[in-house]
Amino acid sequence: MKVEDETRFEQEVEELMEQVHQQYGYDFRGYSRASLYRRIRRFTGNAGIGSMEQLQRSVLENSYFFEGFLQEITVNVTEMFRDPSFFLSLRQNVLPLLSTYPFIKIWDAGCSTGEELFSLAVLLQEEGLLDRTKIYATDVNQKVLRQAKEGIFPASNISAYTAGYYASGGKYNFSEYYVSNYGSLKFKSYLIKNVVFYPHNLATDASFNEFHLIVCRNVLIYFTHPLQERVFKLFDESMVELGYLGLGKKETLALSSISSKYQLTDKSNRIYRKAG
Amino acid sequence: MRTFEKVVVMGGSWGGIQASIGVLKALPAGFGLPVVLVLHRLRNTESDLQQIYAKKISLKVAEIEEKEPLTPGCVHLAPANYHVLLEKDKTFSLDVSDLENYSRPSIDVTFMSAADVFGKQVIGILLSGASKDGSAGLKYIHDKGGIALVQDPTEAEVSTMPESAIKLIPGCQVMNLGKIQEFLLSIA
Repeated sequence: MKVEDETRFEQEVEELMEQVHQQYGYDFRGYSRASLYRRIRRFTGNAGIGSMEQLQRSVLENSYFFEGFLQEITVNVTEMFRDPSFFLSLRQNVLPLLSTYPFIKIWDAGCSTGEELFSLAVLLQEEGLLDRTKIYATDVNQKVLRQAKEGIFPASNISAYTAGYYASGGKYNFSEYYVSNYGSLKFKSYLIKNVVFYPHNLATDASFNEFHLIVCRNVLIYFTHPLQERVFKLFDESMVELGYLGLGKKETLALSSISSKYQLTDKSNRIYRKAG
Repeated sequence: MRTFEKVVVMGGSWGGIQASIGVLKALPAGFGLPVVLVLHRLRNTESDLQQIYAKKISLKVAEIEEKEPLTPGCVHLAPANYHVLLEKDKTFSLDVSDLENYSRPSIDVTFMSAADVFGKQVIGILLSGASKDGSAGLKYIHDKGGIALVQDPTEAEVSTMPESAIKLIPGCQVMNLGKIQEFLLSIA
């Protein structure tokens, strides 16, 4: 693409995002552009869409098509025990303190297809906290929430997940938590019996509860600074005193206005604690 | 902060660490351009790649944090298990979307993103590696008027990556590490 083509592509994306906001209520204005442009290019390439006009028509005239489009441009790639050291740190540094509460509330924000949710549930089960913990699993995308509820993941990843489980301090046989069949792993439903699934849009929706632990990993990397700031304030409003916040390995609270209220519990794993 | 017009993006896989050190060790701490280095790495494995470089080269070396600005005189290292993208405001974005060419970070992803933002001001360098990742990205840089340099495959520890690029991009320039050093010193 020439420079002028590039500029036109970007203008057309901006127009489309404006129309999507008006028609469907999804607001992408605060999304980092490089990723968004790349994913739209990939989507049009894979779907065999020849022009932005064609994409615009399909997205605006067909809500099923839009759902598929939304699925593609909000990144839903996730894995179990991504960064095992994060989960090990939760096990060692966070859960022992949470265990002092009679009842624990956790928000898994941007839970996607549920791999992180089930990883958390396994941890809670092994630390004896699952029965008195309620997890709120939210995502902007309702389709991935339905998948998360199913708890079925491709078996092709099992060796990586099993390695991650042990590296995160897993105490038993990982295979106790799932049934393997038809090339898939179905995780046992008791793991999510205390989980509630909600559609929630970090870009537009408000706080809905108070939590002892909020986990939001590799979601903020797609947001611009102003939207990140909104989300950090939302988390702060939704956090009990002395509650914990877990971010992705390359995400930081440092530049946000709420950072002075938080202390680092684990720097390399980006776990923060609200300290008044 | 010092301003800069051009950006150097460098990629490699097997043999890429040694080759990139071979190039970067010649650059002085005051080198006037940012260098973005994408190497294939094990996912979910802690490594001290940053320390390895810090010992061998004079440029500053830092693993990329999201939203960090590109900085002249700094080697920005792509973190394990993230794709690295460049934004118009000369900052980095990270992305955990699907593997590309079985890789995350993928060299293609960063090379293409650099070309989208910096156009013909990109110097793309593809080094030793046992993968075809990077070829399409280097071609994209070349097609947008940027400079495409490829390590001489006879010198590379593993020649798959350079050979794949040479095949795909007839207009690329094939150089040994010494020539790549000279070239970078001449433009910054």
